[in-house]
Amino acid sequence: MEIPYTVQPRPDTGVTNSKVGIWLFLASEIMLFGGLFSAYVFLRLGAPEWPGSMAGHDYTSASEILSVPLAALNTVILIASSMTIVMAWASLMLKNFSRYKMYMGITIALSFGFLLVKGFEYASKFEHGLFPSESTFLGIYFVLTGIHAVHVIGGIVVNSYFLGPGSKMWKTNPQQFTNRIEIAGLYWHFVDIVWIFLFPTIYLL
Amino acid sequence: MSESHAVEDALQHSEERFAEQGAEHSAEEVRKHVRTYLFIFGTLLVLTVVTVAVSYLHLPIVPALIVALLIAFFKGGLVARHFMHLVGEKPLIFQFLILTVVFVVFMFILFIWALLDQQGVRYGT
Repeated sequence: MEIPYTVQPRPDTGVTNSKVGIWLFLASEIMLFGGLFSAYVFLRLGAPEWPGSMAGHDYTSASEILSVPLAALNTVILIASSMTIVMAWASLMLKNFSRYKMYMGITIALSFGFLLVKGFEYASKFEHGLFPSESTFLGIYFVLTGIHAVHVIGGIVVNSYFLGPGSKMWKTNPQQFTNRIEIAGLYWHFVDIVWIFLFPTIYLL
Repeated sequence: MSESHAVEDALQHSEERFAEQGAEHSAEEVRKHVRTYLFIFGTLLVLTVVTVAVSYLHLPIVPALIVALLIAFFKGGLVARHFMHLVGEKPLIFQFLILTVVFVVFMFILFIWALLDQQGVRYGT
């Protein structure tokens, strides 16, 4: 059975069904992260001190515990990956498949770079005995950044599929394949936007 | 037929189908978009530097929060508007987003309400 309106826009909505689907999914994601950010604000405003005492030390700012340079590097990495995935889509629009593969490959490499930096950060916390159970600050830090990292992993899986076996569609239905890359890009940009808010909220304030 | 000929044929066929299905944007339009993407990318990098620089001013929490969130909203807006193609998107997508924002704000108000209640703040007292 063929799913209708994956290439041409549906007349009554003016957009393809796949685009309606991804935006509905992103709406649910906004609710998820909105709830988490609300929980962060609730915990922070309710705490007598922030980040507070942990592992025998008193901390007065998040930047004393977390690495701002590493988080700033990760911000640059994600912004760059947003740029490369939109360039991957633009390459398909220009019918340049080899350039698409290059940009999608760079996007996936940058995604792994993000996770590598995040892994360094987590390892550094664990080495110093800073686990989620240590304090409210660390609890919300690991939950927010951990759920975001899971989204990055999800993006890597989807983008890798479109770089590998999924790219065969370019030969049979290039317009639908181009639409698929646009949809994958919408998800990836959302992951970028979440980090744009996480970075100052958790690391800098 | 050799394998290379088969690949060439497939690629030619795909380009024909692409043209038949009628891409919404012309090549020149896409190149114009690419120039915009590069400009947005540069702006986002500059704003990231500004975000970090402002944090070193050690402002009190309220102004620091306002500045950080203003920059974050501006950066997020640039990504949504240009990279996610919200500029020129169909009304249905905006209807989804407006409804979502209403629910998020309502949820946020509930959290703040609960916090104030926890701290003993009551209306009219």
